[in-house]
Amino acid sequence: MRWFLHKLAMMFGAEPRKAGPEEETDAAREMKVFKKTKPEVEKRKALIADEHTHPVVRRKWRNRRWASIIIINGLFIVSFAWDVQLVEGSLSASRFLGFHMADPNAALQVFLAFREVVLNLVIGTVTVVALWWIVGGRAFCSWACPYHLLAEWAEAIHLWLHAKGWVKDHPFHRGLRLVLWVIFMLLAFLTGYTVFEYINPVGIVSRALIYGPTVAVIWVIFLLGIEIFFSRRFWCRYVCPIGLTYGITGAVAPVQVKYDLSKCLHEGECRKVCLVPHVLEITKMGYASDTTEFIGPDCTRCGLCIDVCPQDALSFTVRGLDKII
Amino acid sequence: MTDAAETPPARPGKPKKKLNRRELERRRMLLRSVGAGFAALAAGLVGFYPVLTRIFDRLRPPGAIPEDDFLAACIKCGQCVQVCPVKAIELADGDEGFGLGVPYINARAQACDFSCDAVQCVLACPTGALSHDISHKEDVKMGFARLARPEACLAMKGQGFKGLARGPDFEGLLRYAEIDRWVPQPVASHPYDLEICDLCVRECPIENAILLAPMSDDPADKRRMPVVHDACVGCGTCEMMCPAEPAAIVIDPAIVLES
Repeated sequence: MRWFLHKLAMMFGAEPRKAGPEEETDAAREMKVFKKTKPEVEKRKALIADEHTHPVVRRKWRNRRWASIIIINGLFIVSFAWDVQLVEGSLSASRFLGFHMADPNAALQVFLAFREVVLNLVIGTVTVVALWWIVGGRAFCSWACPYHLLAEWAEAIHLWLHAKGWVKDHPFHRGLRLVLWVIFMLLAFLTGYTVFEYINPVGIVSRALIYGPTVAVIWVIFLLGIEIFFSRRFWCRYVCPIGLTYGITGAVAPVQVKYDLSKCLHEGECRKVCLVPHVLEITKMGYASDTTEFIGPDCTRCGLCIDVCPQDALSFTVRGLDKII
Repeated sequence: MTDAAETPPARPGKPKKKLNRRELERRRMLLRSVGAGFAALAAGLVGFYPVLTRIFDRLRPPGAIPEDDFLAACIKCGQCVQVCPVKAIELADGDEGFGLGVPYINARAQACDFSCDAVQCVLACPTGALSHDISHKEDVKMGFARLARPEACLAMKGQGFKGLARGPDFEGLLRYAEIDRWVPQPVASHPYDLEICDLCVRECPIENAILLAPMSDDPADKRRMPVVHDACVGCGTCEMMCPAEPAAIVIDPAIVLES
């Protein structure tokens, strides 16, 4: 429980740390000691050397995810362009086959700014929260958000430039996201305007895709420019309040990425590709609290770490499914 | 750090701590974060400018609640845009501040002619920004028509009108019930031949909202004045159909009437 609270705090900006003695299970402690024995260290070295001679490149989850983002946003586009009426509206609010859907972050702002609880929005928000809770809250980010896809491409350019030594990554404090979340919610309540929606790249991109390009898209291009030249995944990592709202939504979600300490060689490949690498600090030698554990609330369930891990130490799982079956 | 040499020696007992590389890096990161926070906040607050200075007096879709509430309640999803059979509703761009993504109607380009009968946009609105209290077109109060340029009005000059109301290239649609009750027709496909121009009255979707009044007691005087009555809902069909350029009759949106 304490370890989970630490992970929750980490989503709000706390620094990652090692599992303390009282947070560690006996099995985990034993395994950590075992992993440091000489034959085990030798074995690990041999495995790592073998990996380097047979590098594995997998794109399974990334491809599925990109397909998911394109299909979800494509449905919105096609519904309006061809009048199919499958999902009417945009990502901020819509009707899926007539059922109300609403972005919880946008809906919360409307409640605060309008100071009225609108029944349709409550229904839409509850539906969306329930759906994304199942697949893990921030799964919205990596499986549905159109800005995420653009940012992933911007990230690829950033990493290429970074490898050439032409740009440097400037990290920010992750607590910034919580501070901005609170400020924008307060502003909505105090000013009566949904202030954040003015700079929300997700809404801007979603509407531009469905209703045609707007001048506001320049703001999105500017943000992508920051991500390419100044700070890797700036918006998604340090700013986006929508991500935090979905993170809270899926804090105890059924769908989880599971870490298996026994298989891990502690190379850190997963942390290199992760959007939120602090959640993968548990893969460092001696950091985990149990022999298997869930990555936690801030994880976007994007699956990049699963694809990249040469030892299959990370995998998708459904909480409690093994107990049922 | 240039000021290190200029500052007097630190107080005794509390020697100035020299920051190592890691701490310096962290301090820079924190400062950067504060800066980014203010920048994001400032970017958001830019949206106040067009709203407070009222650069745009937009005609909102039927059922729109008072402007300030409307901007608060609208979730910027565009479902109203999608259901409008004549595509009268557009979403505002970033230059409108907090109006970004909020629907409006440019009546001159495409008026709301109630082709949908039951105010579809109101039914589509998930937040009540378009008030669900409205169920008939007669209940709407988007604005009010005003004869802004009487000197340009053909009826007031006693003139007729022959041809296409807005020329062959005009893309606007209108319900011509006698041609097709359900499919709005291009205005450019419907030529008129009128002894006295009465397009604003003839095509008005609301009964008794606008009528032509004689301008003198002389029966030979063909001049007529369009008079707007209380029934007017401000849909803008008269503004769209007016053949004068720019339109002789325009809509004052509710936001203008409020102030």
